[in-house]
Amino acid sequence: MRGIRKTFGPTIALGRVDLEVFPGEVHALVGENGAGKSTLMKILSGAYLPDGGEMEIDGKIYHPRNPLDARAGGVGMIYQELSIAPHLTVEENIVLGMEPRRGPFVNRKAMRAVALEALAHFDHPDIKPETLAGNLSVSALQLVEIGRSLAMGCKLLVFDEPTSSLAQKDIERLFALIDRLKAQGISIIYISHFLEEVKRLASRLTVLRDGLVIGTRDVATVTPEEVVSMMVGREVENLYPRTRHVQGEKLLEIRDLSGHEKPQSLNLDLHRGEVIGIAGLVGSGRTEFLRALFGLDAVKSGTILVSGKSETATPRDRWQQGVGLLSENRKEEGLALNLSIADNVTLTCLDRFGRGGMLSPKKQRAATSQWIDRLGIKCQGPAQPVGALSGGNQQKAAFARLLEHDVDVLLLDEPTRGIDIAAKARIYEAINEVVTDPKRPRAVIMISSYLPELLGVCDRIAVMSQGKLTRAAPVANLSPHDVMLVATGKTADLP
Amino acid sequence: MSSTHLKSALTLLGPFIALLVVYCIFGMMNSAMFSKDVLLGLLTQTVIVGTAAIGMTLIIIAGGIDLSVGSIIALCGVFAATLVCPPYSCSPPVVFLATIAFGAFCGFVNGGLTVGLRLLPFIITLGTMQIFRGAGKIVTKGTPVSLPFDVTSYKPWMGGAGIPWGVWLMIMMVILFTLILRYTRFGRHIFAVGSNEHTATLCGVNVGKVKLFVYMISGALAAISAVMNMAKSSQGDPTTAVGMELDIIAAVVIGGASLSGGEGTVLGAFIGALLMTTIRTGCVLNSIPTPVTEVIAGVIIIIAVIIDRLRHRKA
Repeated sequence: MRGIRKTFGPTIALGRVDLEVFPGEVHALVGENGAGKSTLMKILSGAYLPDGGEMEIDGKIYHPRNPLDARAGGVGMIYQELSIAPHLTVEENIVLGMEPRRGPFVNRKAMRAVALEALAHFDHPDIKPETLAGNLSVSALQLVEIGRSLAMGCKLLVFDEPTSSLAQKDIERLFALIDRLKAQGISIIYISHFLEEVKRLASRLTVLRDGLVIGTRDVATVTPEEVVSMMVGREVENLYPRTRHVQGEKLLEIRDLSGHEKPQSLNLDLHRGEVIGIAGLVGSGRTEFLRALFGLDAVKSGTILVSGKSETATPRDRWQQGVGLLSENRKEEGLALNLSIADNVTLTCLDRFGRGGMLSPKKQRAATSQWIDRLGIKCQGPAQPVGALSGGNQQKAAFARLLEHDVDVLLLDEPTRGIDIAAKARIYEAINEVVTDPKRPRAVIMISSYLPELLGVCDRIAVMSQGKLTRAAPVANLSPHDVMLVATGKTADLP
Repeated sequence: MSSTHLKSALTLLGPFIALLVVYCIFGMMNSAMFSKDVLLGLLTQTVIVGTAAIGMTLIIIAGGIDLSVGSIIALCGVFAATLVCPPYSCSPPVVFLATIAFGAFCGFVNGGLTVGLRLLPFIITLGTMQIFRGAGKIVTKGTPVSLPFDVTSYKPWMGGAGIPWGVWLMIMMVILFTLILRYTRFGRHIFAVGSNEHTATLCGVNVGKVKLFVYMISGALAAISAVMNMAKSSQGDPTTAVGMELDIIAAVVIGGASLSGGEGTVLGAFIGALLMTTIRTGCVLNSIPTPVTEVIAGVIIIIAVIIDRLRHRKA
């Protein structure tokens, strides 16, 4: 791709981007949300037409007018939101748009053959040609989608954050598949927020920022700090900034807390000025713990003391007691997407923006503008609907709600999931700032499936396994290996 | 920021331009459309659908729907007419307030069932639509309750500037609820509940209470419509306003509200209601047969939704 340009009205999405990918190469494309990755890939896969520039595949001019055209030209796109029709069978999905025909009818025999050949790449027991796609798991659907591209003989596959909705073992399986495809000479462009994935898979990476290529590096030699600096355009020395945390009085005391199924008799103390990490596998009961603590799920037994007092626990009460929750599920639970950033940030404390039930939108916007500046939320202004923002900026807005409410205890459930690394860096900075606030250090409980982040941000880490939580051990004494042993149930407690 | 403001202005501008265009087209076909009498008639005839559409806007913004509003208007009309007639012979203010309270009670039933049973409002109000309609017919044994006097000859109904009080009341309600939606905590809670109920819960909004209030307010506004409707025909007719819920919902949707909640304006719904009346009146003036009128109204609703979709795509 050479000199690719694309504008939307006055917005320049891409300004003269060059990109080259070799046969059998896995090339990673990284950049903040809104950097132009998706636009570039949509042009490559025919979903958008470029305003300028040209593309070649194997030395031949390539100019796709629509996605089908692109696939015929050898470029297949695996979207983040899978484009599978759930009411069709696997084979129907694979041949969708290019059904083999006999006269006016679909040639079902040929369809079956095409599907079987494509599925032979995967060796997955659940995926049979006649299965209804709606009955398959997300990871299986992704394979069907890859199969669709392979069935068309694609030589270049584009993966747009393929692991964002996968479980760990499916991720491993996908990586193995990508390795095999690479060995077969298929080129892959891999878009990801996760540097670890990039390191695992790719040989080179290209950083995009504001619609421009900032640079291409060999994955083997580049450091995370260098990549983040390229992405955000300023020097980032340390991804996990850390000034000294000073422990203060006890804010939360949890004794023998049990929920409906999980957690089971859980104990934890949280002090001012400390960050406690909760590690563990998805489904181990981490989220249920925070939800029970916050009054979103029922508590079966046990006590929760907030600043030494046992009080009623509804989300409303918790906010008033100075406890705030950041949901792991930004789109479904965390944010009201078609409301403005200002409404979302101030929703828990509207009473501060007017008297007697009245409300001053101006004050709401003024307060929100301050967080937009401080967290670097990229937007048109506080009145913009939050759904129009990129994932990372949405997450910053959701985080700003806790800061605006000015809670003492921040309960963060996967605060950096699915957001780009530059936005992650901002959130780490913000966490460090609130717990080291000289006047009123706050306290944080943070759930994460990403161990390096927990080890980098937290003072102590506890591990959840099948509803049971270990004691919280200081990070200095912990290795990722120790944590994984407990999380997977191989040992009972941290060393 | 200016661009987001511009967008919200465009949301209202769309239906408003549609209204002007439709009005002018009918006006060109028959210049009587531009006369003061017709203009006044347009406003007057919009009152019933327009007032109820204000309440429906709140419900739709909160992510709900009320199919029973036509039945509520009929039942409240019967209720009001009964109060006017002997043996009760209540004074107008008493009739008005009592009917509003009764309407709010009908809304309470809808809201209470929706919140309490955690069922879809579509299903609940589909049921109450039949229940309220049937209740009206049972009470009156199917015959309208005629008022002991002809309301249309009652002069004090004209308000300031030669415009009926009902129109003034509707305009006041439009302003009041526009302000409530924008400048009160309750208003923002309505949007939050409709946009994402889970987020609202997470943020400590009492979702059930908000929904219940919204249905009660809508019921009260429907009761105001019912009194107007009763006055217009001088009777409380249990079979009136059949299908009116669809006109009301159409007005709200034409006004830019999203049926999936979290979006909508009272002013837009008011313009939507005016548009519906303009189409009906224009067709009558140009002696276009009723079936054709229905087709035209349907086409306009669909166009409004298409425009809405286009607007969202741009956003």
